[in-house]
Amino acid sequence: MSGLLTIALIILVFVIIYQIAKASEYATILRGEEKINARVNRTMAWLLVVFFFLGLYGIWLCHDALMDKMLPVSASNHGVEYDNMLLVTLIVTGIVFFLTQTILFWFAFRYQSTEKRSSFFYAHNNKLELIWTTIPAIAMACLVAVGLRNWGRMTGAAPSNAAVVEVVGKQFNWIIRYPGKDGVLGKKDFRKINDANNVLGLDWTDKDNLDDIVAQNGELHLVVNKPVSLVIGSRDVIHDVGLAHFRMKMDAVPGITTTMWFTPTITTAKMKEITGNKDFVYEISCDQMCGKGHYSMRGTIIVETQAEFDAWMAKQQTYYASANPPAATPAEGAAQPEQKTDSVKAITMK
Amino acid sequence: MSDVIIQGPNVAHTHDAHADHHGHEHHEQHFITKYIFSQDHKIIAKQFLITGIIWAVIGALMSVFFRLQLGFPDQTFPIMETFLGEWAKGGKLNPEFYYALVTMHGTILVFFVLTAGLSGTFANLLIPLQIGARDMASPFMNMLSYWFFFVASVFMFVSLFVQTGPASGGWTTYPPLSALKEASLGSGIGMDLWLISMALFVVSSLLGGLNYISTILNMRTKGMTMTRMPLTIWALFFTAVLGVLSFPVLLSGFVLLIFDRNFGTSFYLSEIFIGGKALPHVGGSAILYQHLFWFLGHPEVYIIMLPGMGMASEVLSNHSRKPIFGYTAMIISLIGITVLAFLVWAHHMFVTGMSPFLGSVFVLLTLLIAVPSAVKVFNWLTTIWRGNIRFTVPMMFALGFVSLFISGGLTGIFLGNSALDIHLHDTYFVIAHFHIVMGVSAFFGMFAGIYHWFPKMFGRFMNNTLGYIHFFLTFAGAYLIFWPMHYEGIAGMPRRYYDYSAWESFKQFNDLNAFISIAAILVFFAQLLFVVNFFVSIFRGRKMTTKNPWGSPTLEWTTPIKTGHGNWEGDIPEVHRWPYDYKDDGNGNDFIPQTVPLKPGEEAH
Repeated sequence: MSGLLTIALIILVFVIIYQIAKASEYATILRGEEKINARVNRTMAWLLVVFFFLGLYGIWLCHDALMDKMLPVSASNHGVEYDNMLLVTLIVTGIVFFLTQTILFWFAFRYQSTEKRSSFFYAHNNKLELIWTTIPAIAMACLVAVGLRNWGRMTGAAPSNAAVVEVVGKQFNWIIRYPGKDGVLGKKDFRKINDANNVLGLDWTDKDNLDDIVAQNGELHLVVNKPVSLVIGSRDVIHDVGLAHFRMKMDAVPGITTTMWFTPTITTAKMKEITGNKDFVYEISCDQMCGKGHYSMRGTIIVETQAEFDAWMAKQQTYYASANPPAATPAEGAAQPEQKTDSVKAITMK
Repeated sequence: MSDVIIQGPNVAHTHDAHADHHGHEHHEQHFITKYIFSQDHKIIAKQFLITGIIWAVIGALMSVFFRLQLGFPDQTFPIMETFLGEWAKGGKLNPEFYYALVTMHGTILVFFVLTAGLSGTFANLLIPLQIGARDMASPFMNMLSYWFFFVASVFMFVSLFVQTGPASGGWTTYPPLSALKEASLGSGIGMDLWLISMALFVVSSLLGGLNYISTILNMRTKGMTMTRMPLTIWALFFTAVLGVLSFPVLLSGFVLLIFDRNFGTSFYLSEIFIGGKALPHVGGSAILYQHLFWFLGHPEVYIIMLPGMGMASEVLSNHSRKPIFGYTAMIISLIGITVLAFLVWAHHMFVTGMSPFLGSVFVLLTLLIAVPSAVKVFNWLTTIWRGNIRFTVPMMFALGFVSLFISGGLTGIFLGNSALDIHLHDTYFVIAHFHIVMGVSAFFGMFAGIYHWFPKMFGRFMNNTLGYIHFFLTFAGAYLIFWPMHYEGIAGMPRRYYDYSAWESFKQFNDLNAFISIAAILVFFAQLLFVVNFFVSIFRGRKMTTKNPWGSPTLEWTTPIKTGHGNWEGDIPEVHRWPYDYKDDGNGNDFIPQTVPLKPGEEAH
């Protein structure tokens, strides 16, 4: 019923607006087009000015309302550089924005048609063209230079002391694998995947796998101030590991291994203080459309001190132990043909 | 029928005006050949436009539905069930169908409205009229172009009603999501129909594009040198070049996808475990599709932008009563944009794991595009400087176009720089950026064109008051919808989410999402004002009483008010000067038509 009423109301508004419009059209004809056109012209020039100032006020309002809802301070080393660069770019583009918009609305108002005015025949000026080709080119060159420097640092090789953790996406959650005591992620093969006891398709003939730890709850534990290199993969469609608080993002592509590294600099506990939100948690969002559950593909990151991390790690059972009851033999999968998928070797895909 | 072809362009290209007295020898055409299977470029333009408007309403209505979900995730809207049936049972949108709506909204607006509806309309209408030709190089191909588009439309429309729903993998339809039926409902028959429709669409676009290019190059009237063409024609020319060179690549990408979907190949598929089993595909690359897609996908952005740029140039100049500033610079910047458009596609793929070095090259080339774009903006600003501005409805939209182009263009500088894109990629910042620049701004160019050339199309004017209301509601609405989205994007809020309430990092934007949804719905209704105005004005609008209501020097306004097939009665006029001579003609007019010879001692531009 309310839906019907809404529709009726909308139609009514339409009819009213249409009638007003039609009436004003007749009025124009009755009162003489010239005179009305001059008046309309003045009105429109003023309305544009009003629009401009309301727009500025709106920008201020919007900024005021939204700034305290923005992300807290960046929680990674890359992120600090990122925020600086974002600020520089904002300032440069902001200046251009306010300058050009002001000029646009000012000229429109200033040079509105009047009876006395005639336009100035001004078809070209090479010096002007040269100026506004060169200045943007220089500005762009500076932004590119800063950008490429940061880009090089972000995508360069991870420090040698970086921890390695594998993050694998699947519809619709994240699987995390830690390399265990040996610090090496063992081989895996998508043909060995079994949702019951081998979610990543680990090759149990590879000894490196035996101490690997797999978390299926999408919770990633990291040590503060220790670089981490994420080895990213996908089981089915393309996903994306989005880490808004660390200002990082990388696709998870089936058949390809991607990597990204960063150093978390603020623990979860500290971030709860900073944000004043006791529920604060670092989140992993899937940023590449992956199907109907895309919006719910949520992981979390716990950044903690080395001691806390070690205590947590000590409680974890290896995936091999939890997935294979003691009776099973390690060589179970050996009969299958050898696969060439080696996530560790594939890291250096440049 | 044969008579139609004879009086077509085959004669006109000789520039032999004397052989061209066909205008008054018209036989009455049958309704079907005149209005349906028409080979008259003006009718085809109207067909494209009206089909485009219908699609725009459908596509915009979809956005209303998914904005209701985004803005009010915890409420139900029984009215949605009326429209969508099972997909919105109890008034709550199903997530599968939410993604289908998002996908179709993108596909429809990008391809069917802003490509076919925009360049299809204005290339067809303006090219022959502004260069002085009786019709296109091949009116028959031109007709086919529309009908291929029509059939593509039918397939796309049908896909909305299949049981598993239309394609739902995003308008970019990245495999494996779009390749595997197990991955999502929409990747079933809906995706097949999507691919068939898009393949037909590419055919339509190529038929049209080749025609536009050959018409512009070969069929200009006597005296219409390339440098005397209005900037609309230059823009439409480069639009066609972009389409002809890039759409085939898209088609090849689609063909490979069709093979992967149906014939067991592994172009895009490798090492996939889905639906409880490992698939046999090994060795393909999902990223290959993205390269092929964006090789069209990026030029596509300019296919959408350039016609708007051309029309805004024309409208700004005309309604400022002042020549376009820097005509040559405008052409050079169009060339720059066209060339660069082919060299920047991978900036959509910075975070796919692509080599960082390759990424650096694309950063450099991408930010280079800012230079010709800046040149255009400054030239537009100088065009209105010291003009004598008439705030007609098309002029309002052209000014709005410039404002939005600046706003949306500047945010491109963020996204084109890979070091910034790494956080902003696939967030609402991207949504805000491209909706402002290639969505609303391109629409403003189109609206400027429609309001400006409506009299040429239908011999009547659209209602001004409604036009002004439409302008201000849309202009304000566009900023209200998309400006706050930048903040959401910088906060990392991912796009294409059905519901944010479970996210600690994003749920604080729930109120803002509701605000944006309300603004979006109001803007939708404002567009209906335009639609009503458009269709009512075709029949009841104020009649055009003079040939040249805007006082424009270009050729299309030298044709009769009721322009017949063949455009000019008698000879095609000869052109003597460039199209922007807004100066005193000595008789109290502030412009000199292109057909007027230079006065003794007058310097050609």
